[in-house]
Amino acid sequence: MGQAHHPNAPWYINAICTWALSIVIFCGRIRDLFWRRPQTRKGYADLSDQREDFYNRRMYRRIHDCYNRPISSAPGAWIDVMERVDIDGKAMSTQPDLVGGTRRCLNLGSYNYLGFAAADEYCTPRVLDSLADWGVSTCSSRTEAGTSAIHRELEQLVAEYIGQEDAITFGMGFATNAASIPAIAGPGSLVLSDALNHTSIVAGVKASGAKVKVFRHNDMAHLEKLLRWHIAKGQPRTHRPWKKVIIMVEGIYSMEGETTLLRELVALKRRYKAYLYLDEAHSIGCMGASGRGLCEHAGVDPREVDVLMGTFTKSFGSAGGYIAGSKQLIAYLRRHCPAHLYATSMAPGVAQQIISAIRLMRGEDGSDRGARKIRQLKDNSNYFRRRLQDMGLHVLGDWDSPIMPIMVYHLCYISGISRRCLQRRIAMVVVGFPATALLMSRCRVCISASHTKEDLDYALEVIYDVCSKMGLQYAARQLPWPWCWLRLLLWPPAFGNYRPGDSSSNSSYEKGSSKSSSSGSSWVWAWLAGSSGKAVKAHSAAAAAGKAQPLVTAAA
Amino acid sequence: MAKGSGGARASPGLALAAVAALAAVLLVSRAPQPEVLQQLKDSFMQEDLAAVREFLRHPTLAKARAGAVEFWEIIGPGGRLHPGWFLEHKGHIVIEGLLMVIIVVMLLQSRFYPRTTEDEDALTDKEIDALCQEWEPQPLVPDISEEDYRPEPPLVQSREGSCYEVLVNGQPALNLACADFLGLGNDADVQRRARETVERYGVGSCGPRGFYGTFDVHLELEKALAQFMGQEEAIIYSYDISTIASVIPAFASRQDILVLDEGVSYPIQQGAKLSRARVHWFKHNDMASLEALLQQIEEDERRERAPLCRKMIVVEGVYANSGDVAPLQQLYSLKEAYRYRLCVEESHAFGVMGERGRGACEAAGLEPGQVEVVVASMGTSLASVGGFCVGHHEVCDHQRLCGQGYCFSASLPPYLATAAAEALAILEGSRGQQLAAQVRRTAAALRQQLDGTPGLTFPGGSSSSSSSSSSKDSSSVESPVLHLQLTPALAAAAGSRKAADMLLQGVADRLLTKHGLLLAVPRYSALDHVLLPPSLKLYVHAGLSADKVPKVVAAIREAAKHVLGPLVKGN
Repeated sequence: MGQAHHPNAPWYINAICTWALSIVIFCGRIRDLFWRRPQTRKGYADLSDQREDFYNRRMYRRIHDCYNRPISSAPGAWIDVMERVDIDGKAMSTQPDLVGGTRRCLNLGSYNYLGFAAADEYCTPRVLDSLADWGVSTCSSRTEAGTSAIHRELEQLVAEYIGQEDAITFGMGFATNAASIPAIAGPGSLVLSDALNHTSIVAGVKASGAKVKVFRHNDMAHLEKLLRWHIAKGQPRTHRPWKKVIIMVEGIYSMEGETTLLRELVALKRRYKAYLYLDEAHSIGCMGASGRGLCEHAGVDPREVDVLMGTFTKSFGSAGGYIAGSKQLIAYLRRHCPAHLYATSMAPGVAQQIISAIRLMRGEDGSDRGARKIRQLKDNSNYFRRRLQDMGLHVLGDWDSPIMPIMVYHLCYISGISRRCLQRRIAMVVVGFPATALLMSRCRVCISASHTKEDLDYALEVIYDVCSKMGLQYAARQLPWPWCWLRLLLWPPAFGNYRPGDSSSNSSYEKGSSKSSSSGSSWVWAWLAGSSGKAVKAHSAAAAAGKAQPLVTAAA
Repeated sequence: MAKGSGGARASPGLALAAVAALAAVLLVSRAPQPEVLQQLKDSFMQEDLAAVREFLRHPTLAKARAGAVEFWEIIGPGGRLHPGWFLEHKGHIVIEGLLMVIIVVMLLQSRFYPRTTEDEDALTDKEIDALCQEWEPQPLVPDISEEDYRPEPPLVQSREGSCYEVLVNGQPALNLACADFLGLGNDADVQRRARETVERYGVGSCGPRGFYGTFDVHLELEKALAQFMGQEEAIIYSYDISTIASVIPAFASRQDILVLDEGVSYPIQQGAKLSRARVHWFKHNDMASLEALLQQIEEDERRERAPLCRKMIVVEGVYANSGDVAPLQQLYSLKEAYRYRLCVEESHAFGVMGERGRGACEAAGLEPGQVEVVVASMGTSLASVGGFCVGHHEVCDHQRLCGQGYCFSASLPPYLATAAAEALAILEGSRGQQLAAQVRRTAAALRQQLDGTPGLTFPGGSSSSSSSSSSKDSSSVESPVLHLQLTPALAAAAGSRKAADMLLQGVADRLLTKHGLLLAVPRYSALDHVLLPPSLKLYVHAGLSADKVPKVVAAIREAAKHVLGPLVKGN
């Protein structure tokens, strides 16, 4: 483990990105001058604030085809992405216009870490049985008639699996945070929240009325400083002592792929008598030797963490969330958590899927398939991460983490990357401004245990092609000073409006063609790259040799 | 530190002095020229000048004058020591440079303003250590083992074919705490479609809507919902309580106004809280109170000349906590008059109320477009899980970017979407319409027959008197949610809320053990700000056929008489 290395954007990327953004914003403002806002009724304010709406109207809508792509298959290793009307860079409605066809793509976007998303020989028959026994839904809240035997079984199993005294489950991961945090924290409590925490935590804290202070992402020194200062100062204005101090962190940050520093956090929380709330949405199931989450990975007793929250959406291929903790905590939540009292209880099929997945992972089916899945995920993740790093890309995150963001930095590149990858049958997630900082755009890869070696190699080949054409190999670019400029002149980074049918996209998986670069002037890049870092040299040499797996790293 | 702060205190004055000195130097460099002096001399009177010359011829004076002239040669214009000479020989650069250095040094100092007293007596590390050592936090959650007087919620051990026939605590019972109003969850088609979807898509969606979590079945369901509700567009959320809690913040922020009924359920309260908007409350279902409030707000706005802001009234079609139906026709005319938008939470009305089962808005005679935002749960008549919102295209499109529960949560599991879509198709057909009509009739019949149960009453007085006094709202007796509260006299006799709760729990227990009826006594969270009197809740659904109604009524009367009878008599 250890703190992840944070690479920085090269200065020229920041410069061109700032320049490009200022052009886009300037043109947007000019367009706004001649733009008639949609008519709202007289005397009524606009539904959306026109200033806040600027980003959506002038930027997001031009690249909205990179998001909300509908699929028509299980979110397994390969998905059928439904083809949509080409938006051609125009600002359009975000409702997709389907054209009918689908495209089979390698899925690097879904949180299907352990491969439970598609039909499973162990889980699916059990889910179908539960549908027959329990119907689709209970149509009642947990405290009325929505608690059935299957819910009781699930909660006992989860508590056992996590290693806590008791657990409570909810039908939605977002609501788990948004409704439970108000029950735990309240006015007079202090919440110290990591800067990159998920919106659901932010919403929960906002609804709780607790005072919140944000510490820099994974910065334990800053956290300790805040802890000391605020405990000493007490509540603002009245200076009464705080009722309680809760540190809120995530196990794996979904946009960074980084694990939180759990050992340090536990030490800190013990020293300052704070409580620790750990959101394991992404780490449960995929971290630790038996998938028990970050506590196992970091070698921390789960009972050291006061509130262990997690979701079943990701690793377990289901839906919902849980909170595990002491008996007293869970009893309180059962009595006062709104999601337990007022919401429809978890659908029985969803609960059964989680039960089966956990049983499988604990080897209760009599095979070692669950253990193999966890091992496979680790191997896949580390293999992919190693290869991405060898390509000279800036990759965030820790080893063993299945999330790896590839830093793009330039906001205007992400749509191009997404479209090119889709064209070459890679479904990847790209993340831009509202979700990240303005100059920290990235594309995100989520590895699954259901990816085979061939799948990963194919993905690496495409990513290498696309990223090298866009000039994203920030870590490998070791060219001496004048040559890097020559390269930029000869091969300017492509801009966002990449069009399907572009000549540089004819390498396809089915044909088995492994040419990593099929464009006319690639020899220039190969030649220039040939005199640079050895990693790139290895790639281009392999590409030139035309091997089936062109990215085998001689260096590694 | 004290020295530093003293220096900092004087520094604004020093900076000003430096700037003034810089100006003076620039002025001196333009000293008056000799010809100007000549003109000045000519202007004196001639004779005065003569007298003055006479006086100046005095030898001592002449000596002094010679000294002065010599002195002036040195110090005057052109002299070695004249500032002009100094300046002409680039000396001003030295002075200006010095002044600039002073200004830069001052600017580089961390603070221009005196430190606050808080900084003056800042805590030392040792003191902070001691304070941290002394501080004792409260437990993470209070211990509620004593407070939790209610028994464990019922555990459904199994069900016999439908969600209506369940085995609770070893006892078969008719489930009247299940909100599957039309029984579509038991339908073979719905089950089959759900099974097919699980086989094809698996269970989970493994991603938010933005990142490959949008399935074709989601799009189909959205289209079908919009069509059923007669609206332009629909948007689905993956959980019912997150739906309204995300919709409200999408349409209200800090400077906006929300007007809420006092009887709304917790998700609406949470939505209002998350939006940080200015929230105003009106008395539950009291249109006079609402009108007075709207008038008050309008006056305040006019007085303060407040800019135009988004204003929304949020009500429930059928209130989950009381079973009351909102007077939507009057709400509509009020919101039109005061230019508000209306958001109606239809969870417990959708599928039952109204001619086509579109909910309380339709029952009140409102056209689909007249209410801007309609939100409902899929955990009731659609027998699935999740929630949806229908409205104008702009309303839904805005939520696709700003609805937190939509953007930041995994999407609805595909099989729940197809189950809901299949249920919706049935609801749209003649069978669904018949079921809905049957539920409406049963609800009205139950309401009428349960009236006058000893010790129990409907919220807001007896239903028969209210329906006779206000015959305008005939749909209010058709609400499929029945809440039976203790009569005011009995509630007063019981004393505390806890005692009242226990009495009703006693009735519910007796109903379960003696009569095989599972009714709920709703529990409220400590976070819920709207605490209505405790009640016994009964959902009217299709499993409650006409022949069962008299039995249910008799059972409730018997249980109420058994548990509450002694108290009623004692009163």
